[in-house]
Formats: sequence, structure tokens, C-alpha cells
Amino acid sequence: MSGVAGASGARSAWLTAAAWRRQFRDRPLIPLVGLLALLVLLLWLLKPEVISVGWVGVTLRAAIPLAILAACQTLTFLTGGIDLSVGAVASMSGFVVATLVGGPGLGVALIVALVIAALVGLLTGVGVGVFRVHPLIMTLGMSLVVLGLANVWQLIMVKTGSGVPAELRWLGSGTVGDVLPNSLLVFVPLAALILILLRRSGFGRLLYAIGDNPVASRLAGARSWQVLIVLYVISALLAAVAGFLLGGLTNVASVTLADTSVLPSVAAAVIGGTSIMGGRGGYGGTIVGALILTVLTSLLAALGFPEAVRQILFGSIIVAVAAAYTRVTSES
Amino acid sequence: MSAATAAARRAAHAGMIGSAARRNAWTLGLLGFLAFLLVFTKLIQPSYGVTGVQGLAISVLPLALAAVGQAIVVISGGIDLSIGAMMALTSVISASLMKGQPEEFGIAVVVIVLLLGLALGAINGGLVVVTRVPDIVVTLAMSFVWAGCALLVLKTPGGGSAKWIKELVTGSLGNEWIPKAAVVLVLVVAVIWVPLRRSGLGLSIYAIGSNRLAAFRSGVSVGRTKVIAYALMGLFAALGGLSLTASTGIGTPVPGPYTLMSVAAVVLGGVNLAGGRGGVFGALVAVVILQLIRTDMTFLNVNTNLAVVVQGVILIGVVMIGSLVQIRRARA
Repeated sequence: MSGVAGASGARSAWLTAAAWRRQFRDRPLIPLVGLLALLVLLLWLLKPEVISVGWVGVTLRAAIPLAILAACQTLTFLTGGIDLSVGAVASMSGFVVATLVGGPGLGVALIVALVIAALVGLLTGVGVGVFRVHPLIMTLGMSLVVLGLANVWQLIMVKTGSGVPAELRWLGSGTVGDVLPNSLLVFVPLAALILILLRRSGFGRLLYAIGDNPVASRLAGARSWQVLIVLYVISALLAAVAGFLLGGLTNVASVTLADTSVLPSVAAAVIGGTSIMGGRGGYGGTIVGALILTVLTSLLAALGFPEAVRQILFGSIIVAVAAAYTRVTSES
Repeated sequence: MSAATAAARRAAHAGMIGSAARRNAWTLGLLGFLAFLLVFTKLIQPSYGVTGVQGLAISVLPLALAAVGQAIVVISGGIDLSIGAMMALTSVISASLMKGQPEEFGIAVVVIVLLLGLALGAINGGLVVVTRVPDIVVTLAMSFVWAGCALLVLKTPGGGSAKWIKELVTGSLGNEWIPKAAVVLVLVVAVIWVPLRRSGLGLSIYAIGSNRLAAFRSGVSVGRTKVIAYALMGLFAALGGLSLTASTGIGTPVPGPYTLMSVAAVVLGGVNLAGGRGGVFGALVAVVILQLIRTDMTFLNVNTNLAVVVQGVILIGVVMIGSLVQIRRARA
């Protein structure tokens, strides 16, 4: 066998399925970006008039809040958890800002919303980290609590009225030259921070360690409860920021604004290659995953499918991509 | 040899009694809580009586059936996040088939819808087994597919229901304290789940949830058992969908809150989300408790939004107590 090594051996290494598989497993971004390009190409072939400079801006603008919510899922997935409270927290934050901005002003409103979000995250983290409540149940319960309290707040503030502040509208829906959305101002630093956090910081390594092998990480001296509390606080803060942007994007202040984004945020992280079982994945893939979902939505809408067919295709494609992913990356 | 096996059997027997006592301790606690709630309800609303109990039975029926289905899947080590969408789909199909048709046709519709439920569940289970993608991801994506199918069948709430199906769940049977809805629920569970639970198949469902590898090595066909567990869940989802049609008289294509509430009820009912532990009965008691709390909140004139908060707090609180007990037992 070693006799055929050399030039032909190097070539055949590229041609075997195992080599491709290894390549995809080690660099999940390549097939994901390929899929994204394929979708854009498909849209361009089928509906060339849709693709324009403005379309790029609209797509990016819609993908950014989703990508931030998907960051919550990515970080919690890494520890083997999930955060289903992002929808309630994001909606609540956007709503609190919209109701408070008329009184105490934008700065105070933002701080109040972030503090409440951090408190929610703290409670979730204590439940998951200290009391070992399953993250699915803990975040589900917290989202009921947050939604209920937000509704009460809505009744209290019904006389004051609400409105999405112009600053958030600018940030969430404004673009520079129709291409670059202003929300990139928030997203780029945030994404860089998350990527650095996961790749270069001890905290990031602890997230992977806890998800990969909780017992081993405990024996190695990691205090998982501290890590989990910080993790869920970060997740809630990210959800709050996504809520601000979503409020600005849609110009709607509602306590259920982000509810429909919860499932897509989970899907974006899954498509992005982060394992829901913990220990494997990263934020780069999730960003592409959020873009894929947004372009897919845009494609299905442009093709003029009715809402029902769009939902069916959306779900089927998520299953197909996840299945292909599992097949390609699993050790055989 | 025989002495050793006898001793082992005795030890196993003692262990079974111990574990049965432990299992029942949770259910007994729930029943105690339910009794307390009933007394509390009677105290705050002295007129609470026959009509109250009948209303309670009808209003818990859909969630109770969903919770039984969810419990079966969770016991087998999975989770189904598409159960609400499945109920919506089966509900609209039954409502649109029955509209304007003779009464007898309703029987055929019930049979068709139940078979369809089995098929929907089997598709979910089959996809989980074949793709090896985590249950939560597959069923989350499939929830889009089923909800889209429901929208394809009916765009807006509509359809109709055969009279006898409506009468099957309203009113009482013999004694006015025995609501028909409760009888239907008990019968369905007694006919479908109880014999199954005692069969080899029931044991296999517990086995693959408890320890997949051990079950596989003892000759359990893991994939087949999983598909069957999901198919059963689909059957109960279809029953839940039929009960929605029966209690409202129409079909609604938008999924209700049943997916997440069924997970909450299952966990409250003492079924371990990791699989292999718990039973259907606890989940049923939990469903009644959740509904009764909501009723009490209305009697107390508490804002319905705060009632949602209380539900969330109770969910988190009870699960925290449960996991504290577990942690303590693990230490002892």
C-alpha cells in the first residue's frame, strides 16, 4: 500500500469519502458556507429580480437578531443545556424599553431591561447549576414567569402607552447605503466577543469541558455551578440585546414579539453544527446557520409558496440538513 | 445455585418494593397536593361543586392526553416537541372530515384520525432512529411540518364535529359527580397503556430509556421500540386532537400551548427527563393540579397573567424540590 504513496497517494486522500468526512468534521464552516451559497444561487436562478443590494441589507438585518438569539442556544448547547426562555426575555426587554423610554429616558430604560434580564439569567443559572434542574424545564418555567410578569407590566403601563424609541428603530432597521445594517454596530463586537470567549478564554474552555464530560471536568476542579450561573446570565443579556434589535426592526412593542424566534434560534445553532448533547460546536457555524435560515425563508417567500407549504419545507429542510450533518460527522 | 438465585430474587424483590415506595412517594405527594388544592378551592369558592368538576374534566382532557403521550416518549428516553402541532393537525382533519357528514361517518373519521396519529408518531420516531439526530431537534423541526400541514387542511378555524363525539365528553355518566370526560380519559389510558405497560413491549420502552446499551445487549430492538413509543405518542396526540374538536366543535390550525405544557406536566408528574423512570399516572395528576391552580386563580380574582407566573413558579419549585431530594439521596 505504501508503494503507491507519493503524488497519487496524496491525490487519492482527497478523493476518499473518509477524507472528505474528516475535512467536514474539522471545518464545518466550509459545507455550511457552501449550502448558503447554494441557496443564494438557487434564489438568483429562480427569481433573479429579488437579488439586489437592498435584498442583502434586508437579509442581514433580519439575520442579526436571530444570530444573537442563536448565540444563547450555542453557548447553552455546549454545556448540554438549552435556553427556551430567550423568547420571553427578548420580548420583555424590548417591551420594557418601549414603555419606559417616554418617562425616565432611553439610557435608564436600557439599563432597567438589562438588569431584569440579568436577574432572570441569574435565577435560571442558580436553578440549573445549584439545584440541577433540567435546563429545558428551568428555562421553560422561567419563560412562563417572565411572560406573566411582562403581561402584568403591560396592564400597569397601559395608560402611559408605549413606543419603540427612534434610536432603537435606527439601530434595528436602519442601513448604510441599503447594504450594511446599522445593527452590525452591535453585532460585530458581540460576535467577536463570543468567538474570542469560546476560543481563547478559560471560561469558554470550561463550557466545552462541562458539556463534553461533566464528571471529568468536576474531577479536574471545575466548579460547574459557577460556570452555569455566569453562562445563563450571559445568555439572558444576549437575549435582551436581541430583543432591543427586534423591537427596532419591527417597530413593535409586544410581550410576545420574539416568541416565534425561539425555535428558529435552536434550529440555527443545530444547523451551525453545535451539538445539543454538549461539548462540540462553535459560534461561527451558528452565524452561518442563522444566515441560511434567513435566506431559506426569503427563498420560500420569493417562490410564492403559501405559508403552510413554507413551514413544511422549512421543517423538512432542517431535518435533512441535521441528518446530513450527523451522517457526515459521526465516526463510523 | 438455587439458594443464590432465591436470595438474589428476594433482594431484587426488596429492591422493587423499595423503588416502588419511592416512586409512589412522589405520586402520593402529588395526590396530597391535589387534595389540598381541592379543599382550598372549596374554601375560597363554596359553590364549587358538580359543574366545577365537570368543567375541570373537560378542560384537562386535551392536555391530559398529550401528557400521557409525552410521558411514554420521555420514558423511552426521547422527547417530542411536535405534539401540539400534531394535535392541531389531527383536530383540523377530524373537524373538516366531519363537517356536514352524517353521524355514523364520525366513527370512520375517528378510526382514520387515530391511524393517522399512529403514522405521524411513527414518522417522528422513524426519523429519530434513521437519522440519529437528537430527538429534540427532529421533533422541533417536525413541529413546523405538522403545523404547516394543519394550515394546509384549514386556513382558519372551522369544520364541525359529529354530535355524539361532543356528547361523549360533555355531561356526566350515571352519578353526576362522574364527568364523562374523566371516564373517557381513564378508559383510554386503561385500554391502551395499562396492558402495554405490563407487556414485554412496555418493559422494553422503560429499558431503552433507562440504559440503551444494556437494553440492546439484552436483545431489545432499540430502534423498533423507539418507533413504537413515538407511534403511541402519536396515537395519544390524535386522541388529544379529537378531544379538542369534541370540546370546541371546530378545528383550529394553530397549535395550542400543549407541547411545552405536556413536558411540564410530565416532569411534575415524576417522569425523569433522562428517561426510564416514572409513570403515566403522576403526569395525569400533575395536569389536574396545573388546571386547578388556574381555576383557583380565577376564583381569587387574581390577574390571569399572574396565574401564568404562579404556574411557572410551581413548575420550577416542585422540580427543584425533586432534584434536591435526589441530590441528597445520592450523597447519603
